[in-house]
Amino acid sequence: MARILEIEEIAPAFKSYIIHDPVIARRHRAGQFVIVLLHEESERIPLTIADSDAVRGTIRLVVQEVGKTTMEMGTLRPGDSIQVVGPLGKPTLIEKFGTCVCVGGGAGIAPLLPIALALDDAGNHVVSILGGRTQELVILRREMEEVSDEIYYTTDDGSFGAKGLVTHALDTYIEGAGRPELVIAIGPAVMMRAVSEQTRPLGVRTLVSLNTIMIDGTGMCGGCRVPVGGQSRFVCVDGPEFDGHEVDFDMLMKRQRIYLEQEELARRRFLESHDCRAVAAGG
Amino acid sequence: MARELTKKERLAISRNPMPAQDPTERIRNFDEVALGFTEDLAIGEAERCLECKKPKCVDSCPVGIDIPAFVHAVADGRFAEALAIIKADNTLPAICGRVCPQEDQCEQTCVTGNKGDPVAIGRLERYVADLERESGEVKMPVCEESSGFKVGVIGSGPAGLACAASLAMRGHEVTVFEALHKPGGVLIYGIPEFRLPKAIVRDEIRSLTKMGVEFKCNFVVGTTATIEELMGEWEYDSLFIGTGAGLPYFMGIPGEDLIGVCSANEFLTRVNLMRGFNFPKYDTPVAIGRRVAVVGAGNVAMDCCRTALRLGCEKVICLYRRTRDEAPARIEELEHAEEEGVDFRWLAVPVEVLGNDDAVVTGVRVQKMELGEPDLSGRPRPVPIAGSEYEVELDSIIVGIGQGANPLLTQATEGLDVDKRGRIMTEEVTQETSIPGVFAGGDIVTGAATVILAMGAGKLAARSIDCYLNGVAMVPDGETVVDREEFVTHPAGGAAAGTHNRVH
Repeated sequence: MARILEIEEIAPAFKSYIIHDPVIARRHRAGQFVIVLLHEESERIPLTIADSDAVRGTIRLVVQEVGKTTMEMGTLRPGDSIQVVGPLGKPTLIEKFGTCVCVGGGAGIAPLLPIALALDDAGNHVVSILGGRTQELVILRREMEEVSDEIYYTTDDGSFGAKGLVTHALDTYIEGAGRPELVIAIGPAVMMRAVSEQTRPLGVRTLVSLNTIMIDGTGMCGGCRVPVGGQSRFVCVDGPEFDGHEVDFDMLMKRQRIYLEQEELARRRFLESHDCRAVAAGG
Repeated sequence: MARELTKKERLAISRNPMPAQDPTERIRNFDEVALGFTEDLAIGEAERCLECKKPKCVDSCPVGIDIPAFVHAVADGRFAEALAIIKADNTLPAICGRVCPQEDQCEQTCVTGNKGDPVAIGRLERYVADLERESGEVKMPVCEESSGFKVGVIGSGPAGLACAASLAMRGHEVTVFEALHKPGGVLIYGIPEFRLPKAIVRDEIRSLTKMGVEFKCNFVVGTTATIEELMGEWEYDSLFIGTGAGLPYFMGIPGEDLIGVCSANEFLTRVNLMRGFNFPKYDTPVAIGRRVAVVGAGNVAMDCCRTALRLGCEKVICLYRRTRDEAPARIEELEHAEEEGVDFRWLAVPVEVLGNDDAVVTGVRVQKMELGEPDLSGRPRPVPIAGSEYEVELDSIIVGIGQGANPLLTQATEGLDVDKRGRIMTEEVTQETSIPGVFAGGDIVTGAATVILAMGAGKLAARSIDCYLNGVAMVPDGETVVDREEFVTHPAGGAAAGTHNRVH
């Protein structure tokens, strides 16, 4: 069991957890995730490690409360313990590439953070383009600013940065500065697809990090599989990062919705059985 | 004492059938199907044993249980003694009595079986194990004094549990690493409750804990820590890798990523480990619809068919490319599935999964086959019959066609030799891998096999590990041990020079 040391609400329905797990903290590399189990009756959910502190022996998870399990996680308190396994998945390949554009949308900014940090440490010119529906949903701005050489923001409602989508900002950036060596896009599947389509004609290498349904996270069940380059790949062990130009996003999105009906039922039941605090947190 | 019976009288007794839940009743619950012998049935069955002078059953038992001795004790009503005899060689009798393929092992060579049905050895094993379990007074094996050695066992399935038990009895400090959140491996996530109640597995694990074995769950060796680190800074003196197969095969046909196609592993894990049959009380859903096809006819496929029925599926069809005679599942499993109403389509291969615009499975296109010449496995090769394709409407498809070696640990371990299928290569007698002090056994070495074979490998590896730790080496008969150094440098002379027998 791993103890939760700190919980901070960093945006509406977004919580940051500092969890004590020295073994995972030491092993963690950018791009990896953990699987979390809240209790005996809970489901196993994959969450990307947003940061780790090997000295303190902690990992940081930034969780958007979208379904029953993430909402229930939001009801935990510092001192509570959960089961955590990892680090899982292949680490991001970090080298000195040159200019790397990190495109993050919504909850995708959290997994982007350790990658941007590692790219920065490797001496790359890190350009970040972060977007969200509205200002307060563009999370982790301070942390991303620290590791970025340039940073651009977009919001759907124009409350912060440029009004529009991250793809617009990416267009503008490339028009001005030219082709980057690498683009990493993490966010909703539609966003990652749009970015990949944008960079495809330019021939810019584009990595995306996929978030699928998983159980074991070790390649044993195959529930996370997604067609990549015409081949069925396991996100848990072959990924979570893949070449964005090869991913079948249509299938990815459909597979993400396999249990939509059950997820909705569980969410409703949870909200009904919980007090107004949880309801408010769930938005 | 047992009745005095002549050989003729013994042979005249017919094999006792296993009491079982009625098929119409049992497909509505997850309770165990086979109910177990009563005392009378057990004694009556044990009396059928001819107590052969040269018992062939023992040779056919992967762990070499003294079967005639334990059966004799059962016939005498000395049940505790019978169990003690079994436990000398098998630490998990309640599990093996249920899931061992006895018909291919001890019961296949049983001399009584030459003229009729063999003695129901497995059912007797289960009977005495259950008797003790239900009494609540489980006798713990005596462990030797602490050796001071620390051994890590990777994987808590049958191989790992058997190895851990054996090591603990030899006085070693044992830690079992498990990737999932509950120990037991395939016994927990794979084999369903109706075939192996989980309470039995939990009891066995509790016994190991009482013997001093520590279980570290949520620990994926290869990523949470590497083999090198475990042997280094974690200070393990030796390791046993028993991680199992754990990489599901898919069919490689169009439509296999559609929504509604899943591996047997995923389906069974959702139901057994995550308790998906009890959604929404448990948070992990399982949604296979009303009509499901299971591909394959091994034990795992049978588990899927029968689990699907218990989840309320109206139609469960089983597609297998050969005939019932070649089906790899145990006869008992096939019979149970047939009784429960599984629709078997022999000589049938799925060639395409059909789906709608939302990528949801709507059916499968099936190709009929006929048997041709034997292939490399010795079984007749299924050959497609031209123009015989037909479609079946379905809501989901469960792929249970076998498993390969999961590469997570092997790829993360430098210097660990694997064959071209990714299975760990070991030295034949000692089961030592290419890394000194690291041993392996079970499905990760042999490819997907049975619980008892994995247990046998775990048990034998424990003996090798014990030899390794004590600086002695085993010679090829697997019984005698000699000074390790001497053996390594002078393999021929070593055996003759300083041999001494160890009795385990």
